Amino acid sequence: MAASFDHEYFEIKAGKTGAYQSLSVSVSAEDLIKLVGIVLIVVGFGLRLNTLLVVFVSGIVTGLVSGISWNELMALVGKLFVDNRFMTLPVVLLVPVIGVLEYYGLQEHAASMIRKAAGATAGRILLLYQFVREATSTVALHIGGHASMIRPLIVPMAEGAARLRVGRPLPKALREKLRGHAAAAENWGNFFADDIIVAVGPVLLMKGVLDAAGYPVSVWALGLSGIPTALAAVGIGWWRYRALDKDIEQAGKDSRNGDR
Amino acid sequence: MTAEPFYKVAACVLIVIAVRIALRPGQARRFGTAAFWLLLGISFGVGTHLPPQVIGWMVTGMIVLAATGQVVGIGQREDRSAERESSARKLGNRLLFPTLAIPVIIVLGGIIFKYATIDGVSLVASSQATHVSLGLAAVIAWGMALWITRARPMTAFDEGGRLLQDISWAVILPQMLAALGGIFAAAGVGDVIAKAVGATIPTQYPVVAVVAYCTGMTLFTIIMGNAFAAFPVITLGIGLPFIVEQHGGNPAFMASLGMLSGYCGTLVTPMAANFNLVPAILLELEDRNAVIKAQLPFAVALWLFNVLVMAGCVYWI
Repeated sequence: MAASFDHEYFEIKAGKTGAYQSLSVSVSAEDLIKLVGIVLIVVGFGLRLNTLLVVFVSGIVTGLVSGISWNELMALVGKLFVDNRFMTLPVVLLVPVIGVLEYYGLQEHAASMIRKAAGATAGRILLLYQFVREATSTVALHIGGHASMIRPLIVPMAEGAARLRVGRPLPKALREKLRGHAAAAENWGNFFADDIIVAVGPVLLMKGVLDAAGYPVSVWALGLSGIPTALAAVGIGWWRYRALDKDIEQAGKDSRNGDR
Repeated sequence: MTAEPFYKVAACVLIVIAVRIALRPGQARRFGTAAFWLLLGISFGVGTHLPPQVIGWMVTGMIVLAATGQVVGIGQREDRSAERESSARKLGNRLLFPTLAIPVIIVLGGIIFKYATIDGVSLVASSQATHVSLGLAAVIAWGMALWITRARPMTAFDEGGRLLQDISWAVILPQMLAALGGIFAAAGVGDVIAKAVGATIPTQYPVVAVVAYCTGMTLFTIIMGNAFAAFPVITLGIGLPFIVEQHGGNPAFMASLGMLSGYCGTLVTPMAANFNLVPAILLELEDRNAVIKAQLPFAVALWLFNVLVMAGCVYWI
């Protein structure tokens, strides 16, 4: 996973949270009031209020009940917002490229390309994408992205392949499902083989926390321990994509039978 | 070198988009919408030079604009599908080059920046290498796209702005959720949860300790939206004391599978907006939870796999 908070911060945090291990564990009322932010999140999401507002209010209330002043909270929000600009950077830098290419027919071209590949199904395209994504992320290279690959290329190709089998535009529910799986392929490929060979983000975070707690470990031991899950992710992905392809086949049969 | 120049480029993109919105006659709520993108642009351009409190107030401003319905999209647009089809036929595979150049440049950048040093000092800080490669890739692909299509540069801003306006205020949701995670951490929310789990679960059984650790990682990731935030809290609160100290488990194996269990939580939480919600908007899905729904069976299956592998191996390796 490419996203991370800075490690130093958590090493400090690690030292602090380590302290209570030796204390007897009991949860006091002052402790419980700190969970009010989680309640606000759950209630706010449940009521479908503006997500940004819910998140903001939850943070402010949690801070205030924990004895952080308003001014400190503003500074904390500002610092964390700037520290995490990297999360928004890819979207902002890539939309002009993708915007121009789509204006000139990139999605249409990707869809027409796949119509020439006879064996292609939506599920096989997504499985191949996930596999390549996983393989490159073992060496900490993140070549994919929802904005740069999934929207302009993978979705049009998968939909083009699915449309050939259904024989008409995809029904809405199926289209949503296919696109949901396309977004998922990027996440599955991104998360579950990260750093196995070349350690960058999460493995260094794990090493930092364990070293600080007095359990020195090697990055190799951490990386290699991820191999069974990386393989399982491909297998489980294959199972999900096959289920998607079966839904598409079924939609094709329905359409040929005239939607009884 | 750091990624900072690319934040400046992004700031320019955002500010040009904001100005275009403010000048567009048919745009609804044009000043509120333009103000939102302008504030975001400023935070990208000079965010590291302004006092954090000022940024905090700017963020508050953006949230007030978003919550009061002042930030809106572009509205009805003309149907250009015929033009796109004919241009796709004309340009053909050339349209693919810029998109394919992005991963190629990221791979090359990753390799070159790893070894590029001047007097033993890395040219690019390793923590920034991903962002620098991505920034380079985007800027080069941008030039290629304009060259291949012969589009006016303003087309890039207008079409990019159109896409950004579709995503709308949700574009800052990942950053806001990260800020929330930071506040939770500063307030000690994780400590409370770890304490509560430690006080209530019968961790004297090795298998129970594994299940509690993996469950803790997943639940805490669902709440925080980020497995990296969950990792130190749950590992120090549950993993190390019970799995490693009490039952003699292997810390590296435990940590690795614990983190991967956390990622299973990332797949099913709206709090991980950049992985689950922003893509749903980007792919124009009506159901904002469609990505989470697609990921749920996968997440459950892989979580069970992780727990079984950890329970089966962590005490033997």
